[in-house]
Amino acid sequence: MSNLVEISQVKKGYGIRKQVFTDLNLNLESGKIIGLLGPNGSGKTTLIKMLAGLLKPDAGNIMIAGNKVGPETKAVVSYLPERTYFNESLKIKNLVNMFKDFYADFDEARAYHMMELLKLEPDMVFKKLSKGNKEKIQLIMVMSRKAKLYLLDEPIAGVDPAARDYILQTIITNYDSEATILLSTHLISDIENILDDVIFVKEGQIVCHQDADALRSQRGQSVDEIFREVFKC
Amino acid sequence: MSWKFDNSSPIYMQIMEQIKKMIARGELKPGERVPAVRDMALTAGVNPNTMQKALSELERAGILVSNRTAGRFVADLGENSGNLKSDAGYKLTVNYVNGMRELGFDDKELVDSVRNYVSK
Repeated sequence: MSNLVEISQVKKGYGIRKQVFTDLNLNLESGKIIGLLGPNGSGKTTLIKMLAGLLKPDAGNIMIAGNKVGPETKAVVSYLPERTYFNESLKIKNLVNMFKDFYADFDEARAYHMMELLKLEPDMVFKKLSKGNKEKIQLIMVMSRKAKLYLLDEPIAGVDPAARDYILQTIITNYDSEATILLSTHLISDIENILDDVIFVKEGQIVCHQDADALRSQRGQSVDEIFREVFKC
Repeated sequence: MSWKFDNSSPIYMQIMEQIKKMIARGELKPGERVPAVRDMALTAGVNPNTMQKALSELERAGILVSNRTAGRFVADLGENSGNLKSDAGYKLTVNYVNGMRELGFDDKELVDSVRNYVSK
């Protein structure tokens, strides 16, 4: 399989004191759902933001679908940030229109269809939605693009188990087999069934990058149990 | 049918076992069409790639057959159809016997235990 993402010799720090990555090398194949797993502060969000083009590496190279991170890659990368960036006073239909303007690959009909199933009306104001519904709307917007790479930063944190199931189902239903989803989380047991590959990040180092089922048969343990062992304090 | 997974062994192998069980119990009949990969992945709550892998492995084992245009079907196993059931049963027996031996039961005791339970 071909590499969709190639990261080589990337260095990234915040100021001089805080080095997150000193020499990051990582390739991501296309057509996979990949879990980016690590404790808080291990560099997950920093990595995702570099792929989204929001942070620049201090050194090294990041290529997505053959291009250096920039306008060309932003057109094929769909990013769900950890925190909402929507203007909360907008109505759902305004958000949809905004996405339609911004992204050529946004499928409006698909977005409205998914919202209808949740009984969310275009005239509802984002601010007035429950936390779970806000998360769902953001995921629907991100998954309604026909991107090559989806970056989902903690998509299931802070929502109830039913909403979590809904979010996972939305990911499975909308995932097309050409695309890759990179999903960061520390709630591993909830999502490990849907992962092809897992990446463990520990203090800016990739300590493991493997097929989830291969890892299970090697260790006779769940990904969650292995994670707990690797990151034991 | 609801799918349950034990995350400590490969998911695709567990899917294979569960489908074999469905065939052994007659819930899936020879010649019957298997639902599309994506639909099955959705009901099972797993990645479509994982479901695809399980189904292709079952195909390789001759338990499913695929027809390029019409989809995937349960193979007509003929005389071998009983094997799925006995294989699955054999696995359960192995698990039971190993578990009892681990607890320190000898062979006579574990056989007696089965007999007692059955005659209850």
